[in-house]
Amino acid sequence: MTSVSMRVNGADVRADVEDRTLLVHFLREHLRLTGTHVGCDTSQCGACTIHLNGEAVKSCTMFAAQADGDEIVTIEGVGEPGRLHSMQAAFQQHHALQCGFCTPGMIMAGIDILRRHKSPDEETIREELEGNLCRCTGYVNIVKAIKAAAES
Amino acid sequence: MYPASFTYVRPADLAAAEAAFREADDPRYLAGGMTLIPTMKQRLAAPSTLIDIARVPGLSFIRREKDTLVIGACTRHATVAAAPEVRAAIPALAALAGGIGDPAVRNRGTIGGSLANNDPAADYPSAVLGLGAVIRTTRRTIAADAFFTGMFSTALEPGEIITEVAFPGPRRAGYAKVRNPASGYAMAGVFVAETGKDVRVAVTGAGACVFRAAEMEQALARSFTPDALADVRVAAADLNADIHGSAAYRAQLVRVMAARAAAAALSGA
Ligand SMILES: Cc1cc2nc3c(=O)[nH]c(=O)nc-3n(C[C@H](O)[C@H](O)[C@H](O)COP(=O)(O)OP(=O)(O)OC[C@H]3O[C@@H](n4cnc5c(N)ncnc54)[C@H](O)[C@@H]3O)c2cc1C
Ligand code: FES
Ligand code: FES
Repeated sequence: MTSVSMRVNGADVRADVEDRTLLVHFLREHLRLTGTHVGCDTSQCGACTIHLNGEAVKSCTMFAAQADGDEIVTIEGVGEPGRLHSMQAAFQQHHALQCGFCTPGMIMAGIDILRRHKSPDEETIREELEGNLCRCTGYVNIVKAIKAAAES
Repeated sequence: MYPASFTYVRPADLAAAEAAFREADDPRYLAGGMTLIPTMKQRLAAPSTLIDIARVPGLSFIRREKDTLVIGACTRHATVAAAPEVRAAIPALAALAGGIGDPAVRNRGTIGGSLANNDPAADYPSAVLGLGAVIRTTRRTIAADAFFTGMFSTALEPGEIITEVAFPGPRRAGYAKVRNPASGYAMAGVFVAETGKDVRVAVTGAGACVFRAAEMEQALARSFTPDALADVRVAAADLNADIHGSAAYRAQLVRVMAARAAAAALSGA
């Protein structure tokens, strides 16, 4: 067992976990933050994308112990009903989801894209979404939403 | 998917990391985890102890030493891709780092981890071999030509840690790859460099291990232009054949990627 402390969505948390606990399971099962999804579980799909110290990472490919001392933001931390993050609002407005399974990861990735690119063109957005897979939408509206969020 | 149980340790410095390695049964160093963790989740690796060196002080940096660019082993791909020093000194290296996997992988994966792993389709080995870089470890200095010894194997001894990589600044250099559409790894990737002394051409993704292509080096030494490669025949005999492409197809990709890399070098991109 190992003791981990981190700041998750602005709150300090501390827990004793098995050393092999993946960060995504720590978030979902210990903290009950189930907005972060597990899609592929093989580091490909990005459904588990969260922000670690402000940067997008795949939480299925990290141990909770590696994040000891770090600052984490999950989809639950970016906005809430009635007070959506501009990226969430853009996804809603542009119908950038169907089943919604990929959406938390897409939004976390989208926010990370805008952190690095002020007004990305379509090609840049598509390239930047390399690590986020969506089985439903065909990406057209996801790209549109991220572009709209950049402009808003 | 859970990996098998292990003990996680985060040593304070390199000496503590090496000591932890000596004391454990079946230890592995952990850097970005972008290769090791998926491997452990699939139970293809089950180390008893993970020694996390990602935050060991002094391993994440980029600095100039005269004409040489030195990059710390735990420097992440995203950092290398964005660093003004790298973009100015060796733009091809920044572009290569920015083309690894996807943004989230680049936010965790490190140059040292990529080199120690020596995946036959990884990008960095081609830059290290193509630029004639030097790999500095906790024990010695290893020339690129002696470092990559075979598929997933290197000259590193058990417990030895890569601390930094020193890239001599080239006159010009370029990299081009055909990405595997699923992973981003190179189907074939070629790094070409005119170093001032000679021309080096390193090929990744096409064989069991990154290798130098002597005939292409000679052709580019005569004339550093994409056209100089038009008549070079790349032998398919030792190249990979898999569901993604035959050996003959890869041989063709190598020639085309080399020409594109040379063009990129000439355009300074
Ligand atoms: C979805 C996905 C796509 C990817 N696409 C690409 C791609 O297009 N091109 C590409 O090149 N790579 C790709 N990668 C691999 C990525 O670049 C990894 O970051 C890299 O291979 C390993 O670096 P790491 O820091 O994550 O190492 P880890 O996974 O932490 O370690 C890998 C191995 O190196 C050892 N090690 C780590 N650091 C050191 C050190 N300093 N000294 C000695 N040994 C050390 C470890 O013990 C382990 O055996 C991809 C990975 C993923 C998950
Ligand atoms: S669940 Fe993490 S990348 Fe797919
Ligand atoms: S909306 Fe269903 S996977 Fe993207």
